[in-house]
Amino acid sequence: MHLARPCHLIVLALLAWLILLPSPVAVADSQQLRQAAAGLGGQSRAEVIAAIEDLGRLGDPVALPLLEALQAGKLRLDHEGRPLIVEEGQPSGQDAFTGETVPLGGDLRAPLVNNLVRRSLEPVMARLRIFSPDPGLRLTAARRLAEEPPEAGQAPMLTAALEKESDPAVRQVLGLVVSLADLKSPDKARRLAAIQTLGASGDTNYLERLKPLTQKDPQGQYLEPDPEVRQAARWGMQIIYFHTLPADIAQCLFYGLSLASVLLLASLGLAITFGLMGVINMAHGEMLMLGAYAAYVTQNVFRAWWPGALDWYPLVALPVCFGLPALVGVALERGLIRHLVGRPLETLLCTWGISLLIIQAVRLIFGAQNVEVANPSWLAGGWQVGQGLLLTYNRLAIIGFADLAVLLVWFILNRTPLGLRVRAVTQNRGMASALGVKASRVDMWTFGLGCGIAGLGGLALSQIGNVGPELGQSYIVDCFMTVVLGGVGKLAGTVWGSLGLGVINKVLEPFSGAVLGKIAILVFVILFIQKRPQGIFALKGRLAEG
Amino acid sequence: MLARLMAMHSRRAWLAFALAALVALVLVPALNLAVPAGWPLRLPDYLVPLLGKFLCYALVALAMDMVWGFTGILSLGHGVFFALGGYAMGMHLMRVMSGEGHYRSQLPDFMVFLNWKELPWFWQGFDQFWLAALVILLLPACAALVFGFFAFRSRIKGVYFSIITQATTFALMLLFFRNETGLGGNNGLTDFKRLLGFSLSTPATKLGLYLTTALVLLLAYLACRYIVTSKLGRLLCAIRDGESRLLFLGYDVLRYKLFVWTFSAFLCGIAGALYVPQVGIINPSELHPAGSIEMAIWVAVGGRGSLVGGLLGAFLVNGAKSWFTVAWPELWLFFLAALFIGTTMFLPRGLAGLKDLLPWARRGDSTEVRR
Amino acid sequence: MSAQATVVQDGVGRASSTARRFPILYVQAVSVSFDGFQALDNLNLTIQDGGIHCIIGPNGAGKTTLLDVITGKTRADAGTVFYKPLGSISQLSEAQIARGGIGRKFQRPTVFENHSVFENLMMALKCDKGLKHSLFGLLRTAERERIQEVLGIIGLRDQADRLAGGLAHGQKQWLEIGMLLAQEPQMLLLDEPVAGMTPAEIEHTIGLLHSLAASRTVVVVEHDMEFVHSIAQRVTVLHEGRVIADGDMDQVRSHPKVIEVYLGDQ
Repeated sequence: MHLARPCHLIVLALLAWLILLPSPVAVADSQQLRQAAAGLGGQSRAEVIAAIEDLGRLGDPVALPLLEALQAGKLRLDHEGRPLIVEEGQPSGQDAFTGETVPLGGDLRAPLVNNLVRRSLEPVMARLRIFSPDPGLRLTAARRLAEEPPEAGQAPMLTAALEKESDPAVRQVLGLVVSLADLKSPDKARRLAAIQTLGASGDTNYLERLKPLTQKDPQGQYLEPDPEVRQAARWGMQIIYFHTLPADIAQCLFYGLSLASVLLLASLGLAITFGLMGVINMAHGEMLMLGAYAAYVTQNVFRAWWPGALDWYPLVALPVCFGLPALVGVALERGLIRHLVGRPLETLLCTWGISLLIIQAVRLIFGAQNVEVANPSWLAGGWQVGQGLLLTYNRLAIIGFADLAVLLVWFILNRTPLGLRVRAVTQNRGMASALGVKASRVDMWTFGLGCGIAGLGGLALSQIGNVGPELGQSYIVDCFMTVVLGGVGKLAGTVWGSLGLGVINKVLEPFSGAVLGKIAILVFVILFIQKRPQGIFALKGRLAEG
Repeated sequence: MLARLMAMHSRRAWLAFALAALVALVLVPALNLAVPAGWPLRLPDYLVPLLGKFLCYALVALAMDMVWGFTGILSLGHGVFFALGGYAMGMHLMRVMSGEGHYRSQLPDFMVFLNWKELPWFWQGFDQFWLAALVILLLPACAALVFGFFAFRSRIKGVYFSIITQATTFALMLLFFRNETGLGGNNGLTDFKRLLGFSLSTPATKLGLYLTTALVLLLAYLACRYIVTSKLGRLLCAIRDGESRLLFLGYDVLRYKLFVWTFSAFLCGIAGALYVPQVGIINPSELHPAGSIEMAIWVAVGGRGSLVGGLLGAFLVNGAKSWFTVAWPELWLFFLAALFIGTTMFLPRGLAGLKDLLPWARRGDSTEVRR
Repeated sequence: MSAQATVVQDGVGRASSTARRFPILYVQAVSVSFDGFQALDNLNLTIQDGGIHCIIGPNGAGKTTLLDVITGKTRADAGTVFYKPLGSISQLSEAQIARGGIGRKFQRPTVFENHSVFENLMMALKCDKGLKHSLFGLLRTAERERIQEVLGIIGLRDQADRLAGGLAHGQKQWLEIGMLLAQEPQMLLLDEPVAGMTPAEIEHTIGLLHSLAASRTVVVVEHDMEFVHSIAQRVTVLHEGRVIADGDMDQVRSHPKVIEVYLGDQ
């Protein structure tokens, strides 16, 4: 229904415009208008503002050109207080009400205008514009009025405008504006009707308007004396909440899904190095960080040498972000980790040392501050699906990218010679070696692959978050939880593990805050491991013996 | 029983112990008090709390060595127990200075700042020293007991255990960073005035705290030494080397692990409580996972499975840290990284392993690790 | 608990090693499956007190799983194991079952390499295995003598203070047997005790098993029929998680199902 609305609105608006001639509106006494306009020449800003309010109260759109000129700084008052609109360098001006040309002469006063005055102009102009013949202008004006709570005293004028209004779009907004004004009406029935209209709108902006009706003042007295109205206001708020629920859930799921994708990208590499190889690499987070910095450097290189192609830097960054961490990983495996086989706790400490080394090195090279990696223009913005549901392109891209990465890893492990060897070495190292697989060579490539995938995760992260030396540290704990939860050594487990953790995290966040959510997840993982030490995905069938 | 106690050490080792006790309890105070200011041998006042801080770290290293060096459980969460003890002490120190804070309120300053009107329930009673002391002794141990029970019962071992402890530490750090937790948030607890009526800013109190720490460390060392030379000590090493074999010999490995884990947390909590009045602040950064993993490297540098090694490591690494962070602040992390990598790669038995290279080295006591 | 065990030992077990035998262990309708793979399928088995009982079967028959279930390493999905001195042991932990008098030797020798030979035996020694005793208890003279006795039996008396890791392979095997002796189990489970041994060593082991069986129940899991023939007083044949034959060696050998399984298998 939400989606259908704009179409028929346009049709109706066109019809309305064809039928309706510029509408004659309440014509105020021109004497009153001139009197109010003369007040613009007041000595203080308060007087000027009062004069503007007066003009607004008269409700005659004839005053609009005057106010517009005031806003643009083109209004002058002659010695009689007659408002003239002047153009720079022109010898004559125009009467602000009648438009008749008047030669300029004598002393002209410019009204005192500052920001305060300008701010008071806006709502007044909007109030007058709702009588404008142009439905587009009326709609804008009505929306403008809906932003700020109108005074109760304006209700009659707004009601008059509503009764005259025939454009359904404007009618709808105006109805809300009237309701907003009616909230302060002394008439209980009007208040109740207003609450109902606002509630039915389902617009979260009106929550703040309804809330005061249910609250007490510092003395403990209800701001709204009538209990029936208070109850209605509570209901109205509930209805608004109810209206926004689907969008909230969808938004929450979307954030959960994108967080899950980030986790997945970060954990995929770990699922290979820790899950398959059994090497505990505490510097895994730093591989992410290196990937993100590789993206940063690529971006800067483009900015310096090919600024025209800047939008395409992620494509070049792709191999760079994979390659650099992969190289570092291979070097680590060759130089250190290989020598620590069978001593997992030492490996843990040694790789922690490596992570410190990388962090400090990056800090010295790039500085301790976060660096800026900009989204290319095709990733900026988002897709507004409906009220309160915005799917940003960078997050959408990450979800897609994570899926591709899973496919890639699955393909490498299951459909390439390297994957075959990796699986062979994982299952039975001795037997694989006996069959001529160079196990240590395979270790090296596997480790490099795991680190490279982490680097791709870093590239993805650089598109949605801050890039700094501590980037990896904030993800490493989550990564290990994901792999442990999913079950070590199983790719599908990692996918489900990250999906579960990501979505649960985001779902818990509004209720308990991010921190308590994290703690809840941790407790969940520990309890879960009590029940199923093998993780979500246990090894099935064949390897049960032994 | 006395014979059993004496058998904890060889005669030579007892002599060394007595010498160490003498240096810590007599020589250091003497150099600080009896030597006039300006003399080269005089120990300046500012060094006393620094030494006290190192002694606290040494106590942590002892605790770490018991679980890791002897039992093979690598905890990356001992910072939690340290911080729990520290926060309990900090809460007591905040309460006894009620009314003397910046805002002259009965509540701690940060609560005034957060516009809290009354003391949260878990702060009640902390103005009593005995209660604070009870919490210091019991809370870290109980926390360890509960956590350990669930972890060991489900047979989480090796790196899995390490990872889970690290994750827990991380989550708790986030929790303590929150203002709503009611422990001072980001800034933690600080600006302490006095403990048991003694002003914390006088050199005499600082020396007193140092002496207390030294005494506690010596006692804790003896207790640990007693444990590792008992049959229990042999069993702990056996858990490290072949846990399932021990099960089939009829030992309830879960209880043994829980015992040493809880005991270790207990020592750590005391260390934290002694640390806070000497350093003057406790904040969530003590809970940072990096801090807990650093505790492991103290033990690794000194040598796992030899209590003296752990003590030595704690002094050396922290001494180096104090020096580096003043002289070459950017290089400290590189040095630390080199320690992690170098020790694990080239010196798996730590500095204690170097002992065998010495010409006069004799065969060590049988409790020490051999790999 | 230990009092009860003693009564059984004195009253029934020891006296009747040759004549009338009483069951010491019942395995009742035990099933175990690992993620769909049925390792034990409604298995029933009785083991008599005293003597050597062999459990044989081709690979994957469920022999090791059966030992795992008896010693508490694996929990049965269904069914119960009764052990005379303790009653139902299905819900007890490994340690409780071990303290109740069931000892187990694994395929590979597992001794504590960073402990001295003496310490290895001390840890295995039948005594109070509680935490408090380990912390405060002292080695009694009788216990020390018992360790010396075992050291004598396994011929490692002059190696007592050496680290077990420094022993030769054969000496480690002996040390492990010594640990089992020190443990004084009433029932001893051995998993393929002669795997990888030379004929001479097998010969030696056969003698040892006979002397062990004189005072306790010995259960041997094996797939080598020749070896089984030379030691077994009673044989149970497992196949695909079920008992297909049970009786003395000759009965089992002539059982048509056994012939089918073994000939079909090899």
